[in-house]
Amino acid sequence: MNARAREPRGPMLLSALIALIFQVVPLPDWLSIARPAFLVLVVLYWSIVSPRAGGLLFPFACGLALDVFRGAVLGEHALALTLVAFLVMRFHLLIRAKPLFEQALIVFAALTLYEFVVWCIDGWTGHTLNSALRWLHPVTGGLIWPVVFGVLSRTHRPR
Amino acid sequence: MVTFGSGRPVPSRVAATGPRFTFYAALAIVLMFLDQRGNWLEYARYGLSAAAYPVQLAVNSPSAAWRWVRGNFATRERLTAENTALREANKALELRALRTESLEAENAQLRELTAAMPDVAERWIVAEVLAIELTTLRQRVVVNKGAADGVFKGQSVLARGGLIGQVMRAGPWSAEIILISDPEHAVPVQVLRSGLRTIAVGQGNTGVMTLPYLPVNSDIKVDDVLVTSGLGGVFPAGYPVARVIDVGRDPGQPLALVHAEPLAAIDRDREVMLVWFRADHPAAPAAPSTVVPAPPEASP
Repeated sequence: MNARAREPRGPMLLSALIALIFQVVPLPDWLSIARPAFLVLVVLYWSIVSPRAGGLLFPFACGLALDVFRGAVLGEHALALTLVAFLVMRFHLLIRAKPLFEQALIVFAALTLYEFVVWCIDGWTGHTLNSALRWLHPVTGGLIWPVVFGVLSRTHRPR
Repeated sequence: MVTFGSGRPVPSRVAATGPRFTFYAALAIVLMFLDQRGNWLEYARYGLSAAAYPVQLAVNSPSAAWRWVRGNFATRERLTAENTALREANKALELRALRTESLEAENAQLRELTAAMPDVAERWIVAEVLAIELTTLRQRVVVNKGAADGVFKGQSVLARGGLIGQVMRAGPWSAEIILISDPEHAVPVQVLRSGLRTIAVGQGNTGVMTLPYLPVNSDIKVDDVLVTSGLGGVFPAGYPVARVIDVGRDPGQPLALVHAEPLAAIDRDREVMLVWFRADHPAAPAAPSTVVPAPPEASP
């Protein structure tokens, strides 16, 4: 029970809320196309650093919030985010030991998988959107990962 | 990490187990299924959009505050200039209204009606667009009026200049609007000059719509105005939608390549009008059942 109490739940929830706001705040068109999926990055961070803080409920809830905000089919982003977080949690000890550069590559792969799942569900539910631009945010997400990691690791005691 | 030969981590350190993942994945899939088939999740969505509203307001607050500051510290010259411009616009509108009245009277005479029909728009409310970005590559906006103000799904949304979209989802205090420029949106339109009916489809770009279903030899040219045709059961007839900006005719192709520019300032207007229409008016949206062509006569 003691170990459970030390999990950084507060910073986790607060960072998720701020990331959600970053993700829906309006930006100029050219910038918003390249905007990284902040909430997904935050979920990946907590999945790597402290998977027990939120378990799989945290990615699921964040995905549901994204569904509501984006007007998607309920469960679409929830499924994609749960899947990606599950894979990352499975290997979180391996990923945690990697240097930031390699982590960024892994994050890029995870974001691409996430977008792929969303793209598939978009197609199956009849909301096809085959723009090449939708594959841009994994790249910027991977590039910004060191910054996200640096900022978030200051919000709680190192583990 | 402690391992015991099997290579598996100690169970207590594992947060993501297969069964748990299966549970959440199944839950997500069930949700998607329920949301997609039937409207069993309408209430859940209604509640969730109520929960989302505070965050939407928080996101909107910086730009709202900025506009409030600018509005309060507007200079005298700017206000005077704005006032003059508005007076000019008002005069122009009055002139047009005069003409409309005489035209309406003439129309009534032609139709041998005793009195001119009232306007098809019964009432409207002005809603403000919240500065929220839903999806980058789709064209949707959120406005600050919802079911509490009587907003309903499928309601037409107008702005200065013409039609801009329809309500896609109405939450308690906010509503999601799909714009006519969304790639998933199509408006049944009519060319004002020739009466030609077709469909205008969005492209995911506020400035351009396409008319993909026109034959090469159809009577359409640049600067033609497209108005809603009233078919389809959503929009009433006669509201301006777009202006044709480009007609490409390739003799080798069966269809013409026509582009049009929406008349309403989709990305610039912060205020939109949600409109209720008279159901018994001739220009009211035709109910889908009346649009269906009559069944072919039984052959003897």
